[in-house]
Amino acid sequence: MIRVVLPAHLRILARAAGEVQLDVAGQATQRSVLDALEDCYPMLRGTIRDQVTGQRRPFVRFFACEEDLSHKAPDVPLPAAVASGAEPFLIVGAIAGGRGKRKAD
Amino acid sequence: MSKVRVLVGTRKGAFVLTSDGKREQWEVSGPHFGGWEMYHVKGSPADPNRLYASQSTGWFGQLIQRSNDGGKTWEPVGNKFVYDGVPGTHQWYDGTPHPWEFKRVWHLEPSLTDPDTVYAGVEDAALFRSTDGARTWQELPGLRGHGSGPHWQPGAGGMCLHTIILDPSDPQRIYIAISAAGAFRTDDGGQTWRPINRGLYSKYIPEPTAEVGHCVHHVAMHPARPGVLFMQKHWDVMRSDDAGDSWQKISGNLPIDFGFAIDVHAHEPDTVYVVPIKSDSEHYPPEGKLRVYRSRTGGNEWEALTHGLPQSDCYVNVLRDAMAVDSLDECGVYFGTTGGQVYASADAGDHWAPIVRDLPAVLSVEVQTLQ
Repeated sequence: MIRVVLPAHLRILARAAGEVQLDVAGQATQRSVLDALEDCYPMLRGTIRDQVTGQRRPFVRFFACEEDLSHKAPDVPLPAAVASGAEPFLIVGAIAGGRGKRKAD
Repeated sequence: MSKVRVLVGTRKGAFVLTSDGKREQWEVSGPHFGGWEMYHVKGSPADPNRLYASQSTGWFGQLIQRSNDGGKTWEPVGNKFVYDGVPGTHQWYDGTPHPWEFKRVWHLEPSLTDPDTVYAGVEDAALFRSTDGARTWQELPGLRGHGSGPHWQPGAGGMCLHTIILDPSDPQRIYIAISAAGAFRTDDGGQTWRPINRGLYSKYIPEPTAEVGHCVHHVAMHPARPGVLFMQKHWDVMRSDDAGDSWQKISGNLPIDFGFAIDVHAHEPDTVYVVPIKSDSEHYPPEGKLRVYRSRTGGNEWEALTHGLPQSDCYVNVLRDAMAVDSLDECGVYFGTTGGQVYASADAGDHWAPIVRDLPAVLSVEVQTLQ
């Protein structure tokens, strides 16, 4: 069982209270965790990673075990403590940036 | 008893404002989707309780929300917008080729007859359509395939398809407008398109009368007279009497003919509203006076409407999708500002009062007249 902490906006969107708990088939990686997350919560498709390229959205970060895992390849195994459920996998909206272009003013 | 429902998209959520036909007392519902940019919220003419909303942030991208009960509850629907085929390139601000990249949905236009059919105008500019209630989206690729696509260039707000007008007299005819490519029309349901910019003059582009490249800010049409179009261009207010084949300037006595919003009275096809805005980059009302201008002659002769609007120290903007009219016997006119006010007039613009004063910056205003 993998524990995932969503940022507040996505928690509201998914109507998920608190942590999300996922059963992930096979090895726990960013890709397998996000696949399982999107299977359980299809409304999150496209909000964390691009639906076409599969790339992490630029202002989304992945943290776990006090490490920034954002730049790890999607198929690199997650830390054992995440895979065992001892530590959560944190999906974070970056504090910096994020504002889109203004609506034509 | 008639009711009016005003759908407001803001920088930080959506709001639904409702009133009876008197339009004096208002109920405010919201924020819906607090913290998200709500570029546009619009109801289906075929089923007024069916609403579509464009929700986005720079962090989490684009979502589309749908309501089947007039905005009381919402469900996220399809948000996968994939350009047809190899997207190709358009011009970047510096004139170099830049790949087409989906960024957000600016405008949602529900079909006039089918609640499950809805069009989406997106940035980078393209037109998408859903026929299953916004669960899946398909591009109408003939627009970008028109041939001029590689020469389109973004305006200051991005290269957005911001205006979609469906012709009630001809289901095959659709008008769209793109900043800064110009206006286009299809007469075959979106298969093929042609630019309709003859008569536009834009001194800020290398060839001022070019076929494409004009920064069209918004276009409006009266449903009873669909061949007549009114346009607020970057500068110039324009009119076409031949479905966009040619345009004439109707700025007339406006104090300044820059602006974003334009709309037409619900019952008087020659009564047009604009909100002059100061430019270059100031983008607030001239002299700090918020004035709607009304022409009852289809352009050229304009009168300032000021009663109830701030006439000093007002420095807000009114964005292109932030003006709408209702269709009650005495036409109501509504607009929202980047200062968070939504103003309403229940007498075609003669008198104004704010419905709300302190919303986040208003991006769009649409109105539904309900029986």
